[in-house]
Amino acid sequence: MSTDETGPGGAQTPESAGNPGSPGQEFLQLITPAGERISHPEFDFWVRDITDEQLCSLFEDMTVIRRIDVEATALQRQGELALWPPLLGQEAAQIGSGRSLRADDFVFSSYRENGVAYCRGVDLTDLLRVWRGNASGGWDPYSINMATPQIIIGAQTLHATGYAMGIQNDGADAAAITYFGDGATSEGDVSEAMVFAASFQVPVVFFCTNNHWAISEPVRLQSHIQLADRATGFGIPSLRVDGNDVLAVMAATRLALDRARRGGGPTFIEAVSYRMGPHTTADDPTRYRDANELEDWAAKDPISRLAGLLDRKGLLTAELQQQVKDKADAVAAEMRRGCTTMPDPQPMDIFKHVYSAPNSWLERQQDHYARYLASFGDPAGAVSEEGAR
Amino acid sequence: MTQLTFARAINAGLRKSLENDSKVVLLGEDIGTLGGVFRVTDGLQKDFGTHRVVDTPLAESAIVGTAVGLAYRGYRPVVEIQFDGFIYPAFDQIVSQVAKLHYRTRGAVKMPITIRVPFGGGIGSPEHHSESPEAYFTHTSGLRVVTVANPQDAYTVIQQAISCDDPVLYFEPKRRYHDKGEVDESVDPAMALPMDKARVLTDGADVTLVAYGPLVKTALDAASAAADEGISIEVIDLRSLAPVDYEPVVASVRKTGRLVVTHEAGQSGGLGAEVAASITERCFYHLEAAPVRVTGFDIPYPYSKLEMHHLPGLDRILDGVDRALGRPNSLSGLEG
Repeated sequence: MSTDETGPGGAQTPESAGNPGSPGQEFLQLITPAGERISHPEFDFWVRDITDEQLCSLFEDMTVIRRIDVEATALQRQGELALWPPLLGQEAAQIGSGRSLRADDFVFSSYRENGVAYCRGVDLTDLLRVWRGNASGGWDPYSINMATPQIIIGAQTLHATGYAMGIQNDGADAAAITYFGDGATSEGDVSEAMVFAASFQVPVVFFCTNNHWAISEPVRLQSHIQLADRATGFGIPSLRVDGNDVLAVMAATRLALDRARRGGGPTFIEAVSYRMGPHTTADDPTRYRDANELEDWAAKDPISRLAGLLDRKGLLTAELQQQVKDKADAVAAEMRRGCTTMPDPQPMDIFKHVYSAPNSWLERQQDHYARYLASFGDPAGAVSEEGAR
Repeated sequence: MTQLTFARAINAGLRKSLENDSKVVLLGEDIGTLGGVFRVTDGLQKDFGTHRVVDTPLAESAIVGTAVGLAYRGYRPVVEIQFDGFIYPAFDQIVSQVAKLHYRTRGAVKMPITIRVPFGGGIGSPEHHSESPEAYFTHTSGLRVVTVANPQDAYTVIQQAISCDDPVLYFEPKRRYHDKGEVDESVDPAMALPMDKARVLTDGADVTLVAYGPLVKTALDAASAAADEGISIEVIDLRSLAPVDYEPVVASVRKTGRLVVTHEAGQSGGLGAEVAASITERCFYHLEAAPVRVTGFDIPYPYSKLEMHHLPGLDRILDGVDRALGRPNSLSGLEG
């Protein structure tokens, strides 16, 4: 449960839309699965400024990142990417939170928040660099104020907390936000991050996307209580929201960021959603997941839900739909072009940036390897597993 | 010049760094009000405030992990791991995050984090308080690993570590904390011998003896004892464990033809193996005998009544010197 020190409060709202596979049934909701806008005495405050135009824009964002996801999955199937972690079904959680952030906030995410990266203005080619095997980090974190995605589960929650300690030291009013999944809540680092965040009351938002599955392990294996209730034990107020409801996510994130900026300390948000696709393109969810469960969640799809709301408001015109489709197609085409024309890294690049200053061990190895490559006459093409002699 | 203990010398170095750069922050358990369990940070919180010298909750992964976030924000965190055996909960943050973020971000994010670790045995502590975990970190690319063997180095190298843009593990030989030595506090760390350079401490003709941290003093004592027997030992203090500065070692072994390496850590996969292999590769035709390692045993750190058997002492080092010289020794007559 939330505390109430910042503006209209933060109580959980009873909502029994059905939530199979998750402990507990209650969460904050502002749009029903049928697309009906339901009012909430406290949370409406946080989205009161959202105009019809902005609703259409959120619809476009969600459609675009779904298209990005589909295109990247296709690129993986076509052998252009080694791996891809799909976000299908989590569009509202990522756009609702991502569009709540300010440019001077800083994001520490896991590997699945490609929609958040899109909100931060990531270069679409950079989004694929890691998954194509061209780099271990896709972008300069300071260019979009977002750390490169973390693969070690939960490690980034500490980085966000430390960054927030820095914000506090600087006397700035920015916030750090960290994204992680339900599985990560079992990791020690997440608990340690909450201990530090609560002890020092730093401006950090813990955004947990409960997508119900940590590869093959269901959320009930991670927790016997609602994940949002975990934070209470650390003295951190929490919110449990319908993660497929873009307005509810936005309201919760804005409340949490506002609290952080005002010196109110950390907030934990559990966005209840569902990973409709596999964990990554290397995964086969049919081995562990009931098809009925998938069907239940398809009925709560975040994009069709917002489309339903737009329709009720008379905004879902053919023109809007065409415009959104064109944008999504254009983004996907740009990303594909960036992927397939991405230059391969050069062999000697592997030695770059290990240290910021010279290291005698590495310089020697680098020098020896350069000599070895030079012995073939054609350094770039010399090395393969099969050999070139 | 003043006489300072190791602990006071590090304290003075930390104080200088805090004074010179407002981005330097200290984090650790008990480092504030108490001044650290070894009093290395004594008085710093009082003078620099609770935001510069931060008493943290008891969570090593978080101490290092939040330092990562602070470094992202432009700070230069100096974290204290209370004892060597407590560093393992932070291992993931050190090897997967601190060490790799500069590489992962292709140089965009600097990790100027200094991790201070009191290490080594000889103080009669229970388990987890006397370990030598340096090889775990020398094996990890992206980290620099240094240790100090006299108060002057303790004072200057801590400042060099803090001003280095790469992450540095700074291993403090805790059984030497109370040893005193001359410290010139006017030394400019930028002009002093860089922390990644080894130093030749004695001139010798017969054997090169490589040591670091707590065993440098023991090695010097051994060299002095050997001199009484007419054996001339060149003692080298490695100072930097990653990277090892091989040039002075190579030059020395080309002169003496014999190498003995000593450390408290267990033998297998230890730094001594690395030094012996590297020197063999570089000096094979100059070596008169196989390199010799005199190290701790491959055992968990023993209970304190027996720790002096585990730790290489003067006599075990001299026995190693005898092996390198082909003189009668404890292993004479044993093949292989």
